[in-house]
Amino acid sequence: MNVVEMRGICKSFGLVNANVDVDLDIAKGEILSLLGENGAGKTTLMNVLYGLLEPDAGTIWINGRQERILSPLTATALGISMVHQHFMLVNTLTVAENVVLGYEPRKGAFFDRARAFEEVGRLSEEYGLRVDPHAEVSTLPVGMKQRVEILKALYRKSDILILDEPTAVLTPGEADDLFEVLRQFKQSGKAIILITHKLKETMQAADRITILRQGRVVRTMPRVEADVDQLAEMMVGRRIVFSIGRKEMPKGLPVLMSIRHATLKREGVAKLKDINIDVHGGEILGIAGVDGNGQTELAEVLTGLQRLNEGAIYINGAPVKAPTPAKMLELKVGHIPEDRTTRGVIRNFSVSQNLILGYQRSARFSGRLQLKKRAVDAFAKNTAEKFDIRCGSIDDPLSSLSGGNQQKVVIGRVMSEDPRIVIAAQPTRGVDIGAVEYIHERIVELRDAGKAILLISADLDEVIKLADRISVIYDGRIVSDDEAKNYDERRLGALMTGQADESRREADR
Amino acid sequence: MKDLFTRAWKKSKGFILQSGALFSIAAFVFSLIVSAAIMLLSGFDPLQGYSALLSGAFGSWDNVATTLGTATPLIFAGLSVSIGKRAGFFNIGVEGQLLSGALAAAVAGAYLKGLPAFIHIPLCFAIAWIVGGLIGVLSVKLKQFMKVSELIITVMLNYVITYLVDILVSEFFLNPGYVVRTPDIQASAALAPLVPLSRLNTGIFVALAGTVLLYWIYRRTRFGYEILAVGLNRRAAETGGIAVNTKVSIAMFISGGLAAMGGAVESMGVHGYYIANMVSGYGYDGLTIAIMGGGNPIGCVMASVIFGALRAGSSNMNRTTNIPGEFITILQALVILFVSAPLLIRYFKDKLTRTKSSGSEAA
Repeated sequence: MNVVEMRGICKSFGLVNANVDVDLDIAKGEILSLLGENGAGKTTLMNVLYGLLEPDAGTIWINGRQERILSPLTATALGISMVHQHFMLVNTLTVAENVVLGYEPRKGAFFDRARAFEEVGRLSEEYGLRVDPHAEVSTLPVGMKQRVEILKALYRKSDILILDEPTAVLTPGEADDLFEVLRQFKQSGKAIILITHKLKETMQAADRITILRQGRVVRTMPRVEADVDQLAEMMVGRRIVFSIGRKEMPKGLPVLMSIRHATLKREGVAKLKDINIDVHGGEILGIAGVDGNGQTELAEVLTGLQRLNEGAIYINGAPVKAPTPAKMLELKVGHIPEDRTTRGVIRNFSVSQNLILGYQRSARFSGRLQLKKRAVDAFAKNTAEKFDIRCGSIDDPLSSLSGGNQQKVVIGRVMSEDPRIVIAAQPTRGVDIGAVEYIHERIVELRDAGKAILLISADLDEVIKLADRISVIYDGRIVSDDEAKNYDERRLGALMTGQADESRREADR
Repeated sequence: MKDLFTRAWKKSKGFILQSGALFSIAAFVFSLIVSAAIMLLSGFDPLQGYSALLSGAFGSWDNVATTLGTATPLIFAGLSVSIGKRAGFFNIGVEGQLLSGALAAAVAGAYLKGLPAFIHIPLCFAIAWIVGGLIGVLSVKLKQFMKVSELIITVMLNYVITYLVDILVSEFFLNPGYVVRTPDIQASAALAPLVPLSRLNTGIFVALAGTVLLYWIYRRTRFGYEILAVGLNRRAAETGGIAVNTKVSIAMFISGGLAAMGGAVESMGVHGYYIANMVSGYGYDGLTIAIMGGGNPIGCVMASVIFGALRAGSSNMNRTTNIPGEFITILQALVILFVSAPLLIRYFKDKLTRTKSSGSEAA
C-alpha cells in the first residue's frame, strides 16, 4: 500500500511554476529518490508534503486518507519527518536534549532528563546510529549532527522520512554509513524520500526514482531499469558528457607555485604540518582528503587569507613576503573559494559588482577614485555572455541567480583576469550537473593553456576525473603524492582516512 | 489630471520602490495615524494637535527657518550613521562625536584670533572633523583589539565624551560669568544666518555639500564599492583583497567627522559658543533618520527635514494646545518601530508589486 500519494500538486511563486501537476507515490519499506537539478521543484514538493507550503492545487493522501497538511506539526502528527539540508539543532544542548526537544519525556511537571538519555541511547543502538547522547551538539562533526536529526525523526515515531540532499555535507565514508542506516529503516517498514541531484547515490540507494525537471515529473521508474546516462539526460534535458578530453602536455613545464615546510597553527592546534607542494604549469594538482584535514587552511594560506607560522610560498621561484589577499591577486593567483556564499560572492551585490570583486583596483575598472562604470558594465555583459551566466540583467542582485550560475560568476571572474595560477577549492559544490560539466571544461581549458591549477575537492570523482597528479592530505600532512593514473578509488579512500599506503608498501618490498 | 499622475508614478515608481522611500513614507504615515489614536484615547484632539504642529513647522517663513535650521545638524547626524552602517559599523556614538565637534569648533572659534573668515571657518570645521573622526576611528580600533561589540563601545564612549567635555569646559575653556559655557566665538568664525534671528544659517549648505559628497562616494567611487562590500559580506570582501579594517576605519573617520560637523554648525551658526546640552539627542535622532532615509543620503535630508519639523512644531503645539510635547517623542518612537518592522514592510511591498503586476496584465 502506498503510504504517501500526492496527486496533481501545483505550486507557483509569482510567475515561477515550481510544481506543475506533480504525482508522487511511495510505498512502505521503499526508498524513493526524488531526482532533479537545483530549481527543479524537489524541495518545493517536499515542503508541500511537510506542511511548510500550501499547494495551489492537488491532493495529498497519507495511509489512504486524504489530508490537509497545514503545518509541520500536522505533518509530524501524521508520521512525516524532514531532515533539512541545514540542520535545525540547538548547538548548546546535548544530543539527547535536541532529539526530544518539543516532545520531552516528563516526570510530573518536570523534564525527565534521565529517561531522555536512556531513550535516545536505546534508539541510537537499535538503528545503528552511533552517537553519544551526552555529547554537546556543537562539538559534533557534521555527519554526527545529521544522525541527531535522523534520531529526532525516529523519536517522533515517523514512518515517512524526507531527507533533503543528505550527502551534501558528508564524506564518502559517512555517506555509505548513512545509506546503510537507510536500508535498515527500509527493512523496518519506513518509507524514505531522498532528495538529491547526485546520480551515483541514487543508483546506490534508491528502489524507485522520480525525476523532476522544471517543476514537472519527467518519469518515475524502478532503479533496476535506470542507467546513469539516461537519468542525467532526463534531469538536464540534454545529453551530458561525463568524460573530458584533454591535451597531452609536454613534460617539464616550470613550477609556477610552490609551498615549502608550511606549518600553520591556530589556537595551539597545528592545522598544516610541514607541507611541501609544487604545482607546474599545464598541470592540475588535485588535493584529495576528507573535509577538515587542512584543505581549507591550505587554500587560505595560498591566497593570503592566513599567514604561515613557518615556511614560505614561492611564485615563479621567488618567495612571497607578507602575503595578503590583495598581493596574491596581484601576483595573478586566482581564487575560487570553497564556500561560495561566505567568501566567493556578495549576495546583495549585483552580478556586475560581483564580477569585478577582487579586481576593482585594476586600471581597467577604476581610476584614482572613481570606478569606470561603463567599462565595468561592458566587461560584465561580455563575461556573462562568455560564461553563460543566466541572469535577467547584470544589474540583478546575485541572490536571484541559481547556485550554478553564482558559481559561474566566480569562475568567470577568475578566468577573465588571465590568472597564472588558480586555487580552485570545491569548485562544483552545490552546483547542478549541467553546470558541473561546464565548470570542469573551463578548468581543463585553463590547464591546457599552461596555467597551474590546485584543485582542492572532497569529491573523489571530481579529483580523479580532472587531476594530472594527486596529493592526499590527512591530518594536516601530505601523505601521498603520485600521478593520478596510479590511484584508484580504494587506495585514495584508504589514504584519506589515514590508513597506511598499501601500494607504496608493496612497492617498497 | 489622473493621466498625469499615472505617468509621473510610472516614471518614478522604480526609484521609489527601490530606494525604499515609499516604505519610509508609509511608516511615517502609520506613525501619524497611531499617534492620533493615542491622542484620541488620551482625550486630546489630534487634528488640533497636528495643525498646531504643521503651522509651527511651516506656518511662516520664520517657522520654516527654524525647521530647516534644526534639520541642519540632523542631516549631518543621519549621514554619519549612514556611512558607518554602509561599512557594517553601527555607529551609535554619533551623539558623542557631535558633542566633541561642537566643543572643538567653539574652542577653535573663540581662541584662534586674527584670522580672516575664509580661513577661520574652514579651520574650525577641519579641527572639529579631525576630533570627531578620531573618535570614530578609536571606536573601530577598540572593537578590533578588544573584540567588544561596537554597540557597547560607542554607547559607552558617548558617556565618556559627555563628561570629558563637561570637564574641559569648566576647567579650561570657561567663560567668566554665571553660565557654564565657552567664550563667544570670534566674528570671523561665525556662520551667517540666512533668516535674521533664526537658527537657519549657512551651515545648511555645508550639510547639503556633505550629502552630495556621500552620494558621490556611494554611487561612483571605488571606496564606496569597497565599504559596501565590507558591510554586506566582510569575508568575501577580505577574499577580494580589500583591507577590511582599514576601510572601516576610513569610513568611521568620515562618519565621526560628519557627526562633529553637525556639532560645529550648532556652535558656529546657532549659539556662538558651546553650552551643555545644546546638541543633546541629535545623535540619537540621527540613527532614526539614517534608518528612515534607507541609507540613502538624499533620504537622510528628507528625513532630517521631517524631524526638524517635528522638533520645531512641537514647541508650537506645546504653546497653543494643551497636548504635551511628549507626543512628538511617541511619534518618533513609532517611526522607528514601523521603519524597522521588516515583515510589515514586506507585506506592503508584496501587496503593492502584486497589484501593480496584475494591473499591468489586465491592461
